[in-house]
Amino acid sequence: MSIILNKKSRLVVHGMTGAQGSFHSQQCIEYGSNIVAGLTPGKGGTKHLDTPIFDTVRDAVRETGADASLIFVPPPFAADSILEAAEAGIKVIIAITEGIPVLDMVRVKRHLRRLELEGRGVTLVGPNCPGVITPGECKAGIMPGYIHKKGNVGIVSRSGTLTYEAVWQLTSQGLGQSTVVGIGGDPVQGVNFVDVLKMFEDDKDTHSVVMIGEIGGSAEEDAARYIKAHMTKPVFSFVAGKTAPPGRRMGHAGAIVEGASGTHASKVEALAAAGVTVVENLSLMGETVALKTKVKAGKK
Amino acid sequence: MKLLEYEGKDIFETYKIPVQARFGVVRIGDSAEKVKLEGPGPWVVKAQVLTGGRGKAGGVKIASTKEEAHAYIQNMLGMKIITHQTQGLALTVEEVLVEAACAPEREIYISVVLDRKTATPMIIASAEGGMSIEDLARTKPECIIKLPVDISTGLLDFQARELAFALKIPKEHFREFIAVAKAIVTVFVDYDANLVEINPLAITKDGKLVAVDAKIVTDDNALFRHKDLEAKSDHEASEIEREAKAIGINYIGLDGSIGCMVNGAGLAMATLDTVKLAGGSAANFLDVGGGANVEQITKAFQIILKDAKVRTVLVNIFGGIMKCDNIALGIVEATKKIKLNVPLIVRLEGTNVKEGKKILKTSGIKIEQADSLWEAAQKAVKAAKG
Repeated sequence: MSIILNKKSRLVVHGMTGAQGSFHSQQCIEYGSNIVAGLTPGKGGTKHLDTPIFDTVRDAVRETGADASLIFVPPPFAADSILEAAEAGIKVIIAITEGIPVLDMVRVKRHLRRLELEGRGVTLVGPNCPGVITPGECKAGIMPGYIHKKGNVGIVSRSGTLTYEAVWQLTSQGLGQSTVVGIGGDPVQGVNFVDVLKMFEDDKDTHSVVMIGEIGGSAEEDAARYIKAHMTKPVFSFVAGKTAPPGRRMGHAGAIVEGASGTHASKVEALAAAGVTVVENLSLMGETVALKTKVKAGKK
Repeated sequence: MKLLEYEGKDIFETYKIPVQARFGVVRIGDSAEKVKLEGPGPWVVKAQVLTGGRGKAGGVKIASTKEEAHAYIQNMLGMKIITHQTQGLALTVEEVLVEAACAPEREIYISVVLDRKTATPMIIASAEGGMSIEDLARTKPECIIKLPVDISTGLLDFQARELAFALKIPKEHFREFIAVAKAIVTVFVDYDANLVEINPLAITKDGKLVAVDAKIVTDDNALFRHKDLEAKSDHEASEIEREAKAIGINYIGLDGSIGCMVNGAGLAMATLDTVKLAGGSAANFLDVGGGANVEQITKAFQIILKDAKVRTVLVNIFGGIMKCDNIALGIVEATKKIKLNVPLIVRLEGTNVKEGKKILKTSGIKIEQADSLWEAAQKAVKAAKG
């Protein structure tokens, strides 16, 4: 088992014929992901990378049974693309696009809440994220496939490249991953830490979890509360931005310290109090997880 | 992007939010007499800087004669302002706004922000305006009213009434206040703002409701649909930061000696943290983002080397969208254009890593490659000290 995606997932790539969409679709196909359709309005009926292209998501769903969307559409049109997928009955939507206006995402969230009340809820991952990979089964995103390995550590992260760093260290230690989820760094996003932690807690194949956070917002503090109350599996964490100067926006909309909330110290303190192993030196993440999980396995 | 007070008030005026009569903006180099002061006075001269607390720092002066006003303008231009919000940095006053002074009877705080948790705009208001909302949140959190607003409908009439009653707005200003409250929500949505703040919204001794200050922060991601804002310069960024932004690179100057080039904000922050753990400190935060091409990498590299504090350059790239061979080509191109006279440590991993490492190895440039972030950070710290 795994979360969000598995080998049965049937992907439709929005913006497949664009430069980024094309390159990464190719990489996903080479990894073994099942891309059944592409979406580029106006190019319906053609083929790209041996995959049929459709004008609308509805057409793609009807013709190919696609059930997961991977979105590479440019920022001005990305919010609309998310909603098109949701309305067409797609259940998992992974939005890679960086730079979507935050009020567009406010409108998306409003719409998705309504769908949920109607019993048509979807799982949105992102935007501004690297995507989701269940190693050995399905890669839907821009992460380099080769750094992953099938296994039992679940990873959830707000940052793209920082996730690769953690994954690569685990793989180098011989520790594989169940599913790796990049939730993205935007202030308004789809699934959050708590949503993904719940999924990992319920997933038989996930034995421990690595959570990569960063300064700004209160997602880590919320996660700490959930972990303390509900999580039985060991959680490891790193929070980026300890040395970032306050008040400056460090790229991600999220990575900014506003006043006293969202500081590195408050996050680390909350996580440690919830029983999370917080790693101060990112470079020691792999070793730390290896050490702790092997000790635990030894006890069994 | 943060707008200056007078830019915010220009917007307020078009949305019929009442502001004081303004007599002009004077820039460094302009003559103070440029401003045609009208009315009997008094007038207020206000430094146009992007920070709160400027009044205490001497950035707001009330003049009762025209001569006094001109003197304040002259003195304030070029003045340095340091407040609790500037993190020890001094902001230079490049522009001052001159307007009619007002005598507030009551001061109210009202703003619209984006609430991440509920993913909606939210009105924050308090009957006790004038002071900073952060201070108020700390000392009297019970005095703060929070009201979520639906983005599609804006502030509804009953919500505006509830707000007005909660703030004890007097009858004679009730309608006017409701119009202001609804208008700031409209400004927030129309301008893709992250924050629209009036602090204070004053009821003056002569019975007027007026926005004494204006603070608007807009969403950079939405600039593509706000051509008027896109044309404005970003007052907050330094020259070098603006240069980086123009080529789509996120750069922030810091105090240390190790110039860093990283892809992704999270990894960039973690790289700064790791450099610190290894005993050094970074000269900058530089995120080349996901889709940088060879040309952007070359320019990013040039930007790093412009900083005289840089004693070593550390490149840490984990390729996803970013291809390591592009980074390598960018580094090679950059070193052709500018003489590299500091040690260069490069750590590449991810998409096309083999090609990238090969390009660096065969380039003939003196580059120290590292296989892990920790190794790279330690090498950089050592090189910066050596």
